Amino acid sequence: MTVLTDNRAQIIEISKKALPEHIVAFIEKCRQEPEPESQLIAVLHMVQAHFGYLGKDQMKAVAHLLRVPKAKVTGVATFYHFFRLEPRGKILINVCLGTACYVKGAEKIAQRLKDELGIGFGETSKDGMFTLENSRCLGTCGLAPVIMVNDEVIGPLAPDEVPMILERYIKKAKAEAEKSSPQ
Amino acid sequence: MAEKNIKITIDGATVKVPPGTTIMEAAEQLGIRIPRLCYHPGLSLEGACRVCIVEVKGMPFFMASCSVKVWDGMEVQTNSPEIRQARRDIVELLLDNHPKECQTCERDGNCELQNLAYTMGVRERYFEGKRKDLPEDDTSAAVVRTPEKCILCGRCFRVCSEIQGVNNLSQHHRGFNTVVGPANLINMDDSVCIQCGQCINVCPTAAFLEKRHTDDVWKALADPKKHVVVQTAPSIRAAIGEGFDMPPGTPATGKMITALRRLGFDAVFDTNFGADMTIVEEAHELVQRLKNNGPLPLLTSCSPGWINFMEKFFPELIPNASTCKSPMGMLSTLAKTYYAQKKGLDPKDIYMVGVMPCVAKKYEARRPEHMMADGRPYTDAVLTTREMIWMIKCYGIDFINLSNGEFDLPLGFSTGAADLFGTTGGVMEAALRTASEWITGESVDKLEFTEVRAVEGLRESTVQIGDYTLNVAVANGLINAKTILERVISGEKQYHLIEIMACPGGCIGGGGQPYPPKGMKVLDPALLRLRAKALYTIDENKQLRRSHENLMITQLYEDFLGEIGGQKAHDLLHTHYHARLPRGIL
Repeated sequence: MTVLTDNRAQIIEISKKALPEHIVAFIEKCRQEPEPESQLIAVLHMVQAHFGYLGKDQMKAVAHLLRVPKAKVTGVATFYHFFRLEPRGKILINVCLGTACYVKGAEKIAQRLKDELGIGFGETSKDGMFTLENSRCLGTCGLAPVIMVNDEVIGPLAPDEVPMILERYIKKAKAEAEKSSPQ
Repeated sequence: MAEKNIKITIDGATVKVPPGTTIMEAAEQLGIRIPRLCYHPGLSLEGACRVCIVEVKGMPFFMASCSVKVWDGMEVQTNSPEIRQARRDIVELLLDNHPKECQTCERDGNCELQNLAYTMGVRERYFEGKRKDLPEDDTSAAVVRTPEKCILCGRCFRVCSEIQGVNNLSQHHRGFNTVVGPANLINMDDSVCIQCGQCINVCPTAAFLEKRHTDDVWKALADPKKHVVVQTAPSIRAAIGEGFDMPPGTPATGKMITALRRLGFDAVFDTNFGADMTIVEEAHELVQRLKNNGPLPLLTSCSPGWINFMEKFFPELIPNASTCKSPMGMLSTLAKTYYAQKKGLDPKDIYMVGVMPCVAKKYEARRPEHMMADGRPYTDAVLTTREMIWMIKCYGIDFINLSNGEFDLPLGFSTGAADLFGTTGGVMEAALRTASEWITGESVDKLEFTEVRAVEGLRESTVQIGDYTLNVAVANGLINAKTILERVISGEKQYHLIEIMACPGGCIGGGGQPYPPKGMKVLDPALLRLRAKALYTIDENKQLRRSHENLMITQLYEDFLGEIGGQKAHDLLHTHYHARLPRGIL
């Protein structure tokens, strides 16, 4: 019977495969410097920029390559609001629930979005198309109530306009997908 | 030149303390014990609970005395109606988010939160709000995690990281949603946990506990068809008395044996016999490896927490580990083979209970390598010292007033060397006592290898035995083991024998030992020294103090095992290890 007595090389190899080359290179550079663990948040930012979120395999890979205990990596990742632990949809909808939008009926807009998409805040639709978020103020109170769809601010809007806006973005996303796919 | 002492006033009294002293430490010099919760002298400062707040003149808010260092002319007030009210509110708020199950909780009577609530004068509950609702995690064979009872003091993840170097636990999420658990809050069984149980020892509540085996043991004791056999680890006799208010460091071997008989065990054996066996086999292994050029250093294998650590964090050193089963493993195996044969018993009818200072032993007992050919375990149940104390109390046994009993033969006879197994450095000393005679081939006067004694975390020494100059090292607390093992891997130093025990102080500081008596803390070197002294005293008072002089063992090899290190001994008393996932990160 052969007994496995070392798995370090194997684990490093798997870890490297889980991350893009530039992140692996960055971590290796950090390892040459004193206190590489102080770069943990920077590395997590890079991972999120690349994948759109922090997956379990990616966090494990960061832990092994940067040599930071896994519990510390996931502790940091779950602490900060900025880090996402679930994949994000292609289209991010952010409903403003700040005071101005709220008194202008933002809650009804939010409810309509939840009904149309079948998801709650912080969730992503099953087809991976939409992610619904909310924020306290987008700084465009003059347009209240507003939502942000990806980088576009839309407002003022009424709940009945929601389906139309969603339709527009679905079409746009489909057109882009066709354009980028080979003929 | 030493820096000048700082003069401060606490509750109107003046005290001079060195710079860097905290308010809490300074107050202690005046006999003022500021209430505290998350603070632990053996761990880093957390300052999380705010129970130790005091008033400092000129400061607009109360300050945490555990973490604020004194300054010249500081005026501190530790008591006032406002401070007491604030402390009481803090404890009440903790209780508000804590289950109201004190009477049915395992820590009832020795819970620090409960005790604090009483001391602070919480007699009514004014705050009622949302309470966290988190499931218990009992997936691990040894450590049960109940996050609902966690008060976020941070002692568990500090001990896991700072003393054990395992870093299995961390805070996740934040604010009200904060949870302490393994990476990604996965099950303990799937985590890098090495099951040492130090988190249980330092937890002020019952957020971490050992997996309970008492129900199984009661059931076996009540079954007339079962021949229920018990073995007690070397360190139990040095600590069990604390459970009955005996002063720490009081050896209680005889009373313990009598109590076990009263509980109804059919035979009371001593893990010490297994320890002597371990030395005989392990010293043989050492001599062989010295003669055959390796692999060296030989790493001891008695501590199951250390074995778990090796398999997850240092699997490349598996070839160096002694293949000897732990003393418990050896004794259980012999009970169901040699003893069963001698007594004419079917091994299936023997129920083997180990009383251990350890929670990792609960896992070891379930390892597939420690099963009989028919798939049943050699060790059926493992009780911690705490569980044993509880059973004795539950049965209504007046422990203190018991007469002294004797272990049953043959598996209850042991030499002084075996007693040392319960403390850090003990396995090393026991191994050297035997190896020195075997290497030189003559009797050696030297018995006490005091150079490997002390409860501190790390010791190195050079021992001359015949033609061999042996570099030896002893580590307890896995963070210290890590230091030594990294030297082994880098080749910085050549060692011949390294003893590693997972817990601070060795088994006497094990994860299953009694919660410390009043005025003492877990990890307290003073407490560990007292328990260690009990073992050294027992050793000194024995006639035979070298494992290979154990007559019952000589008999065992003649009647049953054949040669030391021979085939039968190997089949029954040795084991193997393998790299396990998840791999730990050092």
